[in-house]
Amino acid sequence: MEQNSLRRDILHGARDGLPIGLGYFAVAFSLGITAKHAGLTAAQGFLASFLNHASAGEYALFSLIAGNAAYWEVAAVICVTNARYLLMSAALSQKFAPGSPFRHRLLVGFCITDELFGLGIAQKGWLSPAYIYSAFLVADLLWPSGTATGIIAGSILPANIVSALSVAIYGMFLAIIIPPSREHRVVGILVLLSFVCSYAFSVLPAVSNLSGGMKTILLTVAISGIAAAFFPVKDEEGGAQA
Amino acid sequence: MTRSVYIYILVAAGVSFLIRVLPLTLIRRQITNRYLRSFLYYVPYVTLAVMTFPAIVEAAQYPLAGVAALLTGVVLAWFGAGLFPVAVSCCVSVFLVELLLRSL
Repeated sequence: MEQNSLRRDILHGARDGLPIGLGYFAVAFSLGITAKHAGLTAAQGFLASFLNHASAGEYALFSLIAGNAAYWEVAAVICVTNARYLLMSAALSQKFAPGSPFRHRLLVGFCITDELFGLGIAQKGWLSPAYIYSAFLVADLLWPSGTATGIIAGSILPANIVSALSVAIYGMFLAIIIPPSREHRVVGILVLLSFVCSYAFSVLPAVSNLSGGMKTILLTVAISGIAAAFFPVKDEEGGAQA
Repeated sequence: MTRSVYIYILVAAGVSFLIRVLPLTLIRRQITNRYLRSFLYYVPYVTLAVMTFPAIVEAAQYPLAGVAALLTGVVLAWFGAGLFPVAVSCCVSVFLVELLLRSL
């Protein structure tokens, strides 16, 4: 019985992880082009992607490396860009069966990405760590592979292909932020406001000299902080769905 | 000063790991503070929006191609296309618009 359900969880994890992984590979390829601009080797890109496996966070990391930012800036920007994982991690803690070993909490935590979190929350009943590990291995080995391939092949591809691929990462960001903007009017307004403020920060004389990371931190904390005060979310929104 | 790529990677990896693991290992109950929940709920959308625009316009060789990618991405995502189709469509729109602009 136990053996069968374990095998089933591993098979299901691989099945659900593969389409996610193929999407990861394409996006990570474009991330590799950014990493290449920042001067990373394929091995460094693989390492960075394997350890971080977060598109927005890594994009920020590579941009900061390119700008020779301070280490504390990297730590601060990663905190901000990956802050959503705090909520996801908190939500997943409710899916653990009582008495689950501590090592599973550590390892499942390491596995959290937007998509893996989605798989975990979609599971019926308690979370199966084996299912998550299996999906993670399939999906998240394609992620660093894509980054490394992008670093290597980004330089042999013609300029028009590289130009086209360099917007893939932003396309993925749009696919994350636009559907909730349609569902929730407040999110939609905030996304629009963020576009406007971000553009303003790129042209206004007083702030346009700030590093990209600092602009991201300042705008995120200010806009989210004000929005949270004026538009507190209902209970069902603030929890599992982030 | 010249900084090490490996230290950058390790700093980012360490912070990412703590963010992912701390709530899972420390918090055994739901966050109840409404302001904090709301703040964390809005953070990812605002962060990603700030990073997307105007950067998407500047990423392509021609700004007009970047604008095309933005519009394509917004429209497709609005109608429910997934991460992969949206990302690929943005790339294709840049490729086509730049092809057109070069031939003019």
